[in-house]
Amino acid sequence: MILYFLVLWLVLGAFLAWWVGRSRPDLARWISLFFLAVQTAVLVGVWIGYSGIRTPAPEGRWWLEISRPWIPQLGAEFHFGLDGLSLLLCLLTSLLGMFSVGSSWKGIREQVGFFHFNILWVLAALTGIFLALDLLLFYFFWELILIPLYLLIGIWGHENRSYAALKFFIFTQAGGLFLLLATVGLYLVHGDGTGIFTFNYMQLIGTAMPASTAFALMLGFGLAFAVKLPVVPIHTWLPDAHAEAPTAGSVILAGLVLKAGAYGFLRFLIPLFPEAAKTAAPVAMALGVIGILYGALLAFAQTDLKRMIAYTSVSHMGFVLLGAFVGNTFALQGAVVIILSHGLSTGALFIMAGALQDRLHTRDLKKMGGLWSVMPRMGGFGLFFALASLGLPGLGNFVGELLVLLGTYSISPAAAVFATLGFITAMVYSLWMVQRVFAGAYAGTGKPPDLDPREFILFAAQALALIGLGFYPQPVLDTVLPALSDIRLESGVNQPQTTASNRSAAAGIDPERVGDSISAGWEERR
Amino acid sequence: MTTADFTALLPYLVLTGAVLAVLLAITIFRSHRLAAGLTLAGLALALTALPIAASAAPRAVTPLIAVDGFTLFFVGLLLCAALASAGLAYGYLERRRIQREEFYLLLLTATLGGCVLPASAHFASLFLSLELLTVSLYGMIAYLRTEPLGVEAGIKYLILAAVSSAFLLFGAALIYADRGTLALGRILLPETATAGPPQPAMLAAGLAMVLVGIGFKLAIVPFHMWIPDIYQGAPAPVAAFMATVSKGAVFALLMRIFSLYDLRSVAGVYAGLAAIAVLSMFAGNWLALLQTNVKRMLAYSSIAHFGYLMVALLAAGASSVTAGALYLAAYFTAILAAFGAVGAIPSAAGEAQDLEAYRGLFRRRPGTAFILTAALVSLIGIPLTAGFIGKAYLLLAGLGSAVWLLAVVLIVTSAIGLYYYLRVILAMAQPPGAEDKSEQRAAPESRLGSLVLAALALGILWLGLYPAPVLDLIQRTAGGVLVF
Repeated sequence: MILYFLVLWLVLGAFLAWWVGRSRPDLARWISLFFLAVQTAVLVGVWIGYSGIRTPAPEGRWWLEISRPWIPQLGAEFHFGLDGLSLLLCLLTSLLGMFSVGSSWKGIREQVGFFHFNILWVLAALTGIFLALDLLLFYFFWELILIPLYLLIGIWGHENRSYAALKFFIFTQAGGLFLLLATVGLYLVHGDGTGIFTFNYMQLIGTAMPASTAFALMLGFGLAFAVKLPVVPIHTWLPDAHAEAPTAGSVILAGLVLKAGAYGFLRFLIPLFPEAAKTAAPVAMALGVIGILYGALLAFAQTDLKRMIAYTSVSHMGFVLLGAFVGNTFALQGAVVIILSHGLSTGALFIMAGALQDRLHTRDLKKMGGLWSVMPRMGGFGLFFALASLGLPGLGNFVGELLVLLGTYSISPAAAVFATLGFITAMVYSLWMVQRVFAGAYAGTGKPPDLDPREFILFAAQALALIGLGFYPQPVLDTVLPALSDIRLESGVNQPQTTASNRSAAAGIDPERVGDSISAGWEERR
Repeated sequence: MTTADFTALLPYLVLTGAVLAVLLAITIFRSHRLAAGLTLAGLALALTALPIAASAAPRAVTPLIAVDGFTLFFVGLLLCAALASAGLAYGYLERRRIQREEFYLLLLTATLGGCVLPASAHFASLFLSLELLTVSLYGMIAYLRTEPLGVEAGIKYLILAAVSSAFLLFGAALIYADRGTLALGRILLPETATAGPPQPAMLAAGLAMVLVGIGFKLAIVPFHMWIPDIYQGAPAPVAAFMATVSKGAVFALLMRIFSLYDLRSVAGVYAGLAAIAVLSMFAGNWLALLQTNVKRMLAYSSIAHFGYLMVALLAAGASSVTAGALYLAAYFTAILAAFGAVGAIPSAAGEAQDLEAYRGLFRRRPGTAFILTAALVSLIGIPLTAGFIGKAYLLLAGLGSAVWLLAVVLIVTSAIGLYYYLRVILAMAQPPGAEDKSEQRAAPESRLGSLVLAALALGILWLGLYPAPVLDLIQRTAGGVLVF
């Protein structure tokens, strides 16, 4: 029942916030915060209770699982399941939800109740995405985030909001329709083959089908996930949407909606079509590397602060795509860590961009400069999050990207080499951003206020989380490890298993443990 | 005629009784409330008569009318749509100073005609019911006699519908000349033939002309030219009625014919209908994209929606009827709510047709705006609304019988269609324009109209969230065997 509660609780909060917000806007903010705090507490409780930290982990594939009939005529069910991967993403959802509510505390003055209705609605749908084990239900939640996000961008966005909202919607909805097509296709293939018509994820895994069918269906799924992630040729909605969205919208888009795409690859595409994914892996890995470099390059060229941050997301998500399709334990754990740390660091950068815009009324990098002298606290945090974004050791992003590179190296050294260049480019754009915003002489007039306590708490919380993830990622790695067992493409692409083992051995890692548990290897290296 | 025959016909008898009751009531005591109340009561009574009729079904009552599960499901659907239209019309007419009572007579006779269509087993009953429906519609479209656009729309519909009826009649005559029968269940059977040698050309020409007649009513490409003008000119509740009862009844008839014969295996028929479906999906969505008038936009989009429905028609198998019936039900709730909301929004120009009139609606009238949003989202086919389940079923039927091309076109054109629906939603979310201040003190919303709108919105959400009971009903009734 906890799983149903997680979604329904936020839906309830959404309606309550709307209802109350009509007459008392500030109460709507507190209500949203309260509902998200309770959600976070419940998730932490579940984590402690089920992950094996205190008690032995429960038997079976899922920590928690629940199912009720939905459309019996189709074999669709309200089927939720929670494992380590789902838990971490749900936790990220509620945490970033609190941050986005906090970040819009002062900035949103119009239709406050409806604003929080949309925020909580998106968060509820995202939680549903991360929990759904029924493919039709997954699609249901997948599409459910669109309208509220469209309204968030379209109503509370910046100058060019209508265009950005529409572009976002059309890209993702077009991708989503192909997801529906592929879902129905898989359903029919499974039903025709076995006589059991079901959308149940566990039953659909391992559906026997010709390679060409599997490949076509995988493309349908892949297109939808690639639009959300985004993968490079179809990323063009992202900078517009991120730049024009209100701060909370940008945080949710970058921190969570992109992660839904990553989750789709990890949870659905690869386990459902392992062979086809293996065939497509070289292309996907190449696209990942291209995304890393191309995103970084374009980030460097931006003059709009929010667009710049948006393009860094493209770059970081390239690592996630690479990690997912390299598909060994290192790379997959790395991808999950990037998902979490990118959510926190980019979320913080967007909140900072919003705070700057509130004070300076511009996002243009050329009009900034020298802000450290007037806002030293903001500058300090700015530098911190920029360093986190470029992958400074000791912070979360470093752990994730290093793990992905380690995993990639054993499969395709060339891809690893080119992806490593991403570290350099990230350093260039991150420091360039800090220099343009905070360094130099202050040219503006007046003295914009430094961080107020609310903003300070927001940034400090995210900074602490990133430090924790950077210094002690072990609980996170242990939590996701069992969930990754379905996803591993094992030897990966064109390299036979032996080669991978040899290379691991050469790198000083016990080959027995590579595919097994990262924890031992990780301890050794430290 | 036996008792069982009368039992099977009970919903029709109740409807006919309602027509007479309203007629008498108007002559004795002219009251808008009384006429509307009698109409709603008659329609509701006819709905409650359906389970009674089901006890006698399936049954062929005379060679003209077949009452079976399929008929009863669609009669029920059409009655619900008529009920909603009547409720919306009450709120709409209440605000206008004209003779309002006769409208309900026309609505009832049109509904009667529409309800007989899905039960038609013979060209005679087909033609009679279609004309009953169409002739009543002339009056309904032009009911606001002082509106030039409305009168123009009525005249246009009169001429075009008369032409299409002529096509239908001539087609039926040609078929009769070749096959010697007008029973729908027998015209295409190989053993049916006149004494003379069979003439395939004559039969083909006859069928094509019948198709032209039906195509006009459904407004599928290339017979769609009339629809934007008529929907724009007609009062919003009448447009809602036409989009649901008139089109739905004809589509139900088409589905009956297609479940009688395996027309999909006839190469020419299949290719022709597939081309019509693809063209309708593309042209409907594309033309809707160019509109700034919301009623014209909805008119063009209805072309696209009947293109989608053709996918169900062309998909073979048991899921085809289910998909068609479900999509039709989903479309009914959404389009009724959409036109209902359009009619309920007060505007200086009589009806809020231009996109500009929708600016700031979320603030001026949050309830109406919410319902219109739900309706448009359902027309897009996004989850939580009926349209999603309908579209999923269409895809299921399409892919299940491997009409891949049509399924892909459905997907692509749906993505095109997003744009114009979203534009309306975004306009409602924008801050209100300057001239809206004056409209705010326009007439209050009618209570009955609001009630109907709320019920429709609930229906959209209910169908989208938990469609199992409705699916069960469809499979028990419409999905069953047909009798002739």
